[in-house]
Amino acid sequence: MFGQTVWLVLRKDFTIEVRSLEIAYTTLFFAISCVLVFAFALVQEGRAPEGGAAGILWIAIAFAGTLALGRTFERERQAETLRALLLAPAARPAVYVGKLLGIVVLLLAAELVLVPLVALLFQAPLFAHPVWLASILLTGTIGFAAVGTLFAAMLVRARSRDVLLPVLLYPITVPVIIAGVRATGALLQPEVDAGVLQVWLALLVCFDVVFVTLALWTFEPLMTD
Amino acid sequence: MTRPSTSRSAGADFDYLAVDDVSRHFGRRRAVARITFRAERGAILGLLGPNGAGKSTMLALLATLLRPTSGTIRYGDHTAGVHGAALRSAIGVLGHDLFLYPELTARENLEFFAGLYGVADRRAAAGAALDVAGLAGRGDDPVSSFSRGMRQRVALERALIHGPRLVLLDEPFTGLDDASAAALGRRLQALRASGAIVVLATHDLDLAEGLLDRALFLRDGRVVRTADRPDALRAMYREVMSPPAGAPSAGRARGA
Repeated sequence: MFGQTVWLVLRKDFTIEVRSLEIAYTTLFFAISCVLVFAFALVQEGRAPEGGAAGILWIAIAFAGTLALGRTFERERQAETLRALLLAPAARPAVYVGKLLGIVVLLLAAELVLVPLVALLFQAPLFAHPVWLASILLTGTIGFAAVGTLFAAMLVRARSRDVLLPVLLYPITVPVIIAGVRATGALLQPEVDAGVLQVWLALLVCFDVVFVTLALWTFEPLMTD
Repeated sequence: MTRPSTSRSAGADFDYLAVDDVSRHFGRRRAVARITFRAERGAILGLLGPNGAGKSTMLALLATLLRPTSGTIRYGDHTAGVHGAALRSAIGVLGHDLFLYPELTARENLEFFAGLYGVADRRAAAGAALDVAGLAGRGDDPVSSFSRGMRQRVALERALIHGPRLVLLDEPFTGLDDASAAALGRRLQALRASGAIVVLATHDLDLAEGLLDRALFLRDGRVVRTADRPDALRAMYREVMSPPAGAPSAGRARGA
């Protein structure tokens, strides 16, 4: 039943998004604008600042992710469908996992556009080690979205949710973003140090395990009452 | 037309609902205070009262969405604290908001919720629900293209798709034309005949007339009167809700 609920929630979110493309368009537009502004500001005479690409990629992911989180739960708020999900006998952590996977898929899709754009504008060899890059992006995105999904669900009925979400989210996810930036930065060095990369990646996996476990543990009590 | 019995999902079952001295506070605000009542299978109980009387809070408490600040709610031998998920599978809720995804079709909405409630054959249950709602021909249209009345009918079938024992309805007549309201009345009577416990919160006394086995009149979160098999609801409501003789009117009370 847990897996079925996860699948139902994920498929439902995916179907709605494919029909409206609302979150995909707004998230992508915002993320691309962000990268372009940094590129105009920082790339001088065709030369990008050293190490800047990693930071800008993760800033764009974090900002776009915050927007996507807010919009995803706004959709559940408009017809009070989050209440309907909580009224169902399905395990509430399964609802959380379904929503989390939806956000992760959406952000990974945005990253498919962002990574080539950053690589192009900042002349960063992001595709030199595709497996490492994919691992860093996946673990970093899961860590960010795990906390974000929990907070966005908690704040869905708060009047100032749009302000509160980044205020709560960024301080908690700073370790994930720093680890993502450092790992991606290590990937852009002329000689990649696999040991350093493994340390950062292990750290990201640890954050994921801690954040997802805490979120699964707290989602039910936080959503009751 | 009744729903196929196969659509009832497994879960806790019970013969009565007993609310004992239940209060619920939000901070310092008292939403409901010391409410006690009991409802048996095959009964329609009405919660009647003005805005802010505590009707929706009472429904949220019965739906297990809220916990009482004090008092107990028993669903037969079960309580929400111990049997939460099993109980929720025996409860159907139609809220003031319709709990439907406008981008999905009526059939997709019904199949989604049937899945969440563990209904074995989701497709058949959704098809039967669309038939009952009189929307079999519009099942593959997005809910956003429906009128309020059509959405209300889909939302009611969504609430009933798992064959709940306890049915909680918040203003179910909203947006329905006369024919749809009459059909809803017949649907509620069919639910009563099938042994469901129906709790109905409404302002619409004319439509509730003749439908209720028991009426609870709420004011300021308290039960001010109960009536079994009530008739002349509007007169009774006026009598119960009017301020007592000699009491200051609202204007005078404010010193106007």
